[in-house]
Parts: sequence; structure tokens; C-alpha cells
Amino acid sequence: MFDNVPLLLHGFEIALSWHHVALMIGGVLLGILVGVLPGLGAPNGVTLLLPLTFSMDPVSAIILLTSMYWGALFGGSTTSILFNIPGEPSSVATTFDGHPMAKNGQATEALTYAFMSAGFGAMVGVIVITLLSSAVADFALKFSSPEFFAVYLLAFASFVGLGGGNPFKTIVSLTLGLAFATVGQDTISGSLRLTFGFDELLRGISFLVAVIGLFGLGELVLTMEEGLRFNAVASRISPKKVFQTIAKMPRYWFALLRGSLIGVWMGVTPGGPTAASFMSYGVARRFSRRSANFGKGEPEGVVAPETADHAAGSSAMLPMLALGIPGSATAAVMLGGLMIWGLTPGPTLFVERPDFVWGLIASMYLGNVVAVVLVLATVPLFAAILRIPFAVVAPLIVSVCFIGVWTVASAEFDLWLVLAFGVIGYLFKKLEYPIAPLVLAMVLGDKAEDAFRQSMLMSGGSLGVFFSNPLAGTLTAIALILLAWPIVAMILGRRRASAAAVAAAHVERSPS
Amino acid sequence: MPAFAAKIALGLLATAAVVAPAAAEWKPVKPVEFVVASGAGGGTDQFARLIQSIIQKHELMPVNMIVTNKGGGAGTEAFVYGKLAGADPHKLVFGTNNEWLLPLVTKSGYQPDDLRPVAAMAVDEFLLWTHKDAPYKDAAAFVAAAKEKPLQVGGSQSKDTDQILSKKIEYATDAKFTYIPFKSGGEAATQLAGAHIEANFNNPQENVGQWKGGQVRPLCVFSPQRMSYDQKVTADMSWADIPTCKEAGITVEQYQMPRTVWLNAKATDEQAAYYAGVMAKVRETQEWKEWLARTSQTDRFVTGQAFADQVKKEQAEARTLFEKAGWLVTN
Repeated sequence: MFDNVPLLLHGFEIALSWHHVALMIGGVLLGILVGVLPGLGAPNGVTLLLPLTFSMDPVSAIILLTSMYWGALFGGSTTSILFNIPGEPSSVATTFDGHPMAKNGQATEALTYAFMSAGFGAMVGVIVITLLSSAVADFALKFSSPEFFAVYLLAFASFVGLGGGNPFKTIVSLTLGLAFATVGQDTISGSLRLTFGFDELLRGISFLVAVIGLFGLGELVLTMEEGLRFNAVASRISPKKVFQTIAKMPRYWFALLRGSLIGVWMGVTPGGPTAASFMSYGVARRFSRRSANFGKGEPEGVVAPETADHAAGSSAMLPMLALGIPGSATAAVMLGGLMIWGLTPGPTLFVERPDFVWGLIASMYLGNVVAVVLVLATVPLFAAILRIPFAVVAPLIVSVCFIGVWTVASAEFDLWLVLAFGVIGYLFKKLEYPIAPLVLAMVLGDKAEDAFRQSMLMSGGSLGVFFSNPLAGTLTAIALILLAWPIVAMILGRRRASAAAVAAAHVERSPS
Repeated sequence: MPAFAAKIALGLLATAAVVAPAAAEWKPVKPVEFVVASGAGGGTDQFARLIQSIIQKHELMPVNMIVTNKGGGAGTEAFVYGKLAGADPHKLVFGTNNEWLLPLVTKSGYQPDDLRPVAAMAVDEFLLWTHKDAPYKDAAAFVAAAKEKPLQVGGSQSKDTDQILSKKIEYATDAKFTYIPFKSGGEAATQLAGAHIEANFNNPQENVGQWKGGQVRPLCVFSPQRMSYDQKVTADMSWADIPTCKEAGITVEQYQMPRTVWLNAKATDEQAAYYAGVMAKVRETQEWKEWLARTSQTDRFVTGQAFADQVKKEQAEARTLFEKAGWLVTN
């Protein structure tokens, strides 16, 4: 297990040159910039930088790209919290409590909590990679379609089954999300679905377009209705508050630990950072002592998804390097880069190019520290944005939203689509339909569907395939238990209530 | 001195003679958009971005290039975009043989004739791969087993190159497969490495990592002759040591995927010839040759009428196969 430590130390020697540290700082700053602009995001940023790296040596190139990736992940959380616009799919869950906190005048605290827990999660992820690299790679190979489906089901179940609110409204929102995820080409049959002959719908409905509309524009309309102002104006911004918040971090040790575990698990399996952050948020809301406060600006609701998001993001680098499976869109672009630099991702990369792999892992330690320090330094700056009058900021947000949507696919149609989603987002809020299940279904819906149908092809149509081996069976069983949890809890609750009623009746009667 | 002046004059004349026809040639006048029929990171994306970087480095075009990914509907989106470009000759579409295969199997909003073939720049090979512990010692044994009972094979996407090849083998040998479509060749590679499927038909680049790592092994290559790269990939084998499938007794002699470049059908002969000329220069560069070697692709360069004829021929063959498989749709 500790055989890897000398290799890692050698990696630090490579990563700790002035040249590489400068690349890290540059990469992180660029990343924060693209992360803050919704839609531009990490995948596009990395794609734009990729041609620049062709003339670099592979170690420098990957350090620059991964640093940019970390920066973008942090930047994505910033807009989630300040404007309710998730810059990255995986920071959607951060909006649930992060934005309410900002609205309550606690923007500085929310940002600090987010960055600190993100840094913590990433560290745990990297440590897991360092210690368990070979075992994790073997474990990831055990995953086929039935196991993937079980993982996605688990993510759905932990979020939906454990959530509060009206179950029927949740189902409406969820199925609507599944329908949106269906649009475009179907992997399994190759045919086009729900495109109605529109060429524009060929590429499907982009998740980012939906999210920018539902959250960003929807929220803007609501804020306008409520009187054209942020409630945050009253908040005092001082760097001191950042340190005070950092001092409060240990209070959330359990949420940090739980989030890291969920994140590492989802990163390695590989369910991905988005699934991880939703699952972590869902579990935290269900089992937290302050669960009633979730959704209204609870710090634990920021800590939980951010930790899991970054733990998954960093531990997902391992399957990418060892197996060549990209865990995310960004990873896919980086994989393409690896090949252009002349490296072959796969089990032999660790043996053939240890300097590259361990240089990269060492740069993940350093890059994350650099990123946390840099983003914490920007907190007062970003929090100050909220003090600018809403009438000035709002048009800026709208234009940033539209630019973001445009960069997704350079398509005019998407600009109309985002408006439509803005209206849907507003209506959902007014009618008290939850948006989160819709978003979750859009992210995981088509993946879960593919995995399910691939499993059915493999088993010849038998559902038994989800229990055909211990791994799939355990995952499926946990998912089903979580899914049935509200019903079980209700029945148990009722029985307890009726037992209490009987006991009460008995007590009443006994004196006579 | 007069002799020197005469030399200059002669030199100028000679230059003028060379330049004169070139001046009449068409040239792009604004940035050229490279439209990629795949998402970022895929094989087609690398193909387009590499060409962009080569053109930039060697200054082969007087204007800038912008790469946009339009991978929706397995690449359909890029071809539809190329069709809608109309007479604008500043949009080049980068794809594979999917340009003429997609409209046969999906309602896609364009016809193969809506685009004009510019060049086919390389071909990617297909191989039959199986898990290292699989009981099949060669391709013949694999086919024999698939005649006994259907074997599970996986590949990238549905009714695309990999599944077409599986159908071809079925028709040629009476073998039976259950085809499981995954999102990408990379996924099919991992699934084979984990022994969740019996075989895949991945391109060299998609499986080489797993081959080097000893998780999978190649049985045969669907090419008329063996591949040319004879540098050892594993301890005892190179690409050139892999038998052709024909040698191994599978009567699918040739199955390759060309990497292709397209213009709108309204583009003129000069415009098509200009881009074909640029691509010919790209192909001469060291960077291009290195990329082919690194990704184990086979060098082949076809332009103009020869390319158009090849498209017609391959499309007719595909139509027959799809009809038999019941995949044909009318657009």
C-alpha cells in the first residue's frame, strides 16, 4: 500500500519546479475565469487550451490542463452560490443551500464553506489514488452495465427516496427530466427520439442550457418579482469573516467525512461527480440533525455536495488513466490530449510513464492547495458583487447566461430554449414543484437507460441480472431499500402511532 | 552587372510563370470553420484538430481556422450543418464513412449528396479482439464458437461501423452475435478487458492500452494485407504479426473506416481542389505521419472523382447489407 510513496515523492520533485508551479497558478486562474462564466465551463476551457499544449512536454501539459480543471470546478461553485447559476453540472446541488445562504447575507460564509470542503474532498480523493491506485483500477474493471445501472439507481434512490416534499410533484418533475434526456439519438437503437423532424433537436437538449434557464433565469425573474434587490446588501464583507468561517469547519467533520466517502466511491465506480454531489446532498438532508433547515441556507447543505463533488472529481482521474474511460466531458478531452501527446491511457501507463503519472498525481496535491488559496483570496471580491445594485447586475447576469448558452453548441436555437427553461423554472418555483429531480433525471437519465437496456440485451430480458453477482446485487438491494424508505418509515411511524394510541386508550380505560 | 539584371529579370519571369495560375486560383477570404462530426476528444475530433494545428504551424492557409464540435445524432448534426451552409465555401466538415451511412439508417435531415467529397485522408483498421483468457486461440475458433451459440460482442453506437461489421461477419460465416452498443469504443474496450463481453471490433488505438496491459489480444485484422507497423507492441507481437481475417478463414476481406473531409455540394471545382491541395500538403508533413504511426492508422489519400466513386460504391454495398438486416429507412 505504501509502495507508492517513493514514486509520489519523485512526482513532487517533478511538479515542484518553478515552471510547473507557475503553470499551476496560471491554469487555476484561467480555470476560475471559465468556471465563473456559466456554460463556458471546464470542458470548453480545456478544449480551447489543448492546441497550446501540443508543443509542451506531456507532464507540463497535463499540469496546466488539470490545474485549469480544478480552477473551473471552484469557479462553478461561485456562480452557483452567488447567482443560483451552476457553472458545472456537478455544482447544481450546491445551489440548493448555497444560494439561500447568499440571499440571507451570508455569501462570504457560503463561498468559504464551499471552497474549504471542496479542497478537503479533493485531498481525500488524491490520497485514495496514491494509496490504492492498483486495487482501484482492478475494482473498476468489475463494472459492467448491470453494476452501472445499480449505481445510477442508487444515486436516484438516495436523492428521491430520502427527499421531502410532495411525492407526486417529485414524480412529475422527475419524469419530465427523463423525457428531456430522451431527446436526440438513442445509443441502443441508433434511432432519433422526440426530435419531431427538427434538425436543431438532433444534438438533444443540453443539460447546461436547461440548468442555466431553470436556475439562472428562473431565479432572476423571481428576484425581480420580489422587488429588484438582493437581500445581501446588508452583509458586511471582511477577510476576517473568511477566517472565522474556516475556524468553524471542524464542526462539520461528519458531513466532510461522509461526503468524501460518497465522492470517492462514486468517482471510482465511476458514477461521476454529479451523481456524487446529488447523492451526498440527499443523504445529508435525510440524516442530518438540522435536516429541517436544508434548502433554506444550511451550511451543511453546502459542505456535503461540495466535498463529494471534488472527492469524486479527483478520484475519477484514476479510472481515466488506468482504464482509459473518461468519467466526464472534461476527462474525455484530456484523454484525446494524452493521445496527441503520444501517451496511451491504459493499464500500462503507470509502468511505462511513471514520471508522467506521478508528476500528475503530485500536481493534484499542489494544484488543489494552490486553487484553495487563490479562490479564498477571491471570496471578498466575489461577495462584493452582491453589493452592486441588482438593476445593474441583473442585465449583466442575463448576458452572461446567454453567452454561456451560446458557447455550449454555438446554436441560436439554444438561446430560445434557455428562455423556455427560464419560464419553466419560474413556474416550478411558483407552483412549488421541485427542480432538483428534473435536473438529476436529465444528468443520469440517459446513462441509466443505456445501462438498463444493455443489461437487458446481455441477460436476454431477465431482471435477475441485477442480482446475478454480489456486487450488482448489493448495490441494487441498497438502492431498493433507500427507494422504499419513505414507505417503510410511514408504516413504522403509523404502527408506532397506533401502538401509542392503543396504549393511550388502555391508560384511559384502566382507571374505570 | 547587365548579366546580373538579366538574371533577376529571368528570375522574376520564372516566378511570374509559376505564380500566374496560382493567382487565378480560389482562396478562402475569411476564417474557415472546421465542423467536427463528433464530440470533443473522439477520433474525428483529433483528426480535425491535428489538421488545424498542422495548417497553422506550416502556414498552409492564409486565414484562421475555428473548430466546432457538432456530434449530435452520431455526427448527423455536423452534416446537416454542412448542408445548411449553402454556397459558403468556408465550412469544412470532418467525418468518417458515417457521412454516407447515417442517412441510410436514421431519419437524418440530409442526403449524402448534399455534401461534396473533398478528400479521404487515412483509413482506420478494424480488428477482432477477445479477452486474454477467452478459449478462442484464433479467429476460426471464435467463429466456430459463435456458430454453436450466439456470442456477446460490443462496440461503439448502434447501426454504426462496429455493428455493421458484426452483421457482415454473421452473413459471411453463419456465426451469431448478440450486439451490445456502448457509447464509445473506449467503453467497449473496458468491457472486454473486464471480460463482460466476448469480443469487440475496436480500432487499434481504442484497444492498444488493454493489449499492452495483457488484458485483451487481437485475433485478426479486417484488411486485405497485414498492417505495416512492425515495431513490437507487446513482448512478442507487433501490429504486423496479426493475421488478416481472410487468412484466418473469415470471408470479410476488407473493412476499413476512412477519415473524410467535405464541403457543401454547391462548392465549385476550384474550391474543392484548393482544399484537396491543402490536405495533400498536410499529408506530407512529419506531424501527420507521426500521428498515423502513433494511432496505427493506414495511410491512404483519395480526392476528386476517385473519392466520389468510392463513396458511391461503398454506399451501394451498405444499402444491400442494411436491406438484409432490416435497418433501411427512407429520408
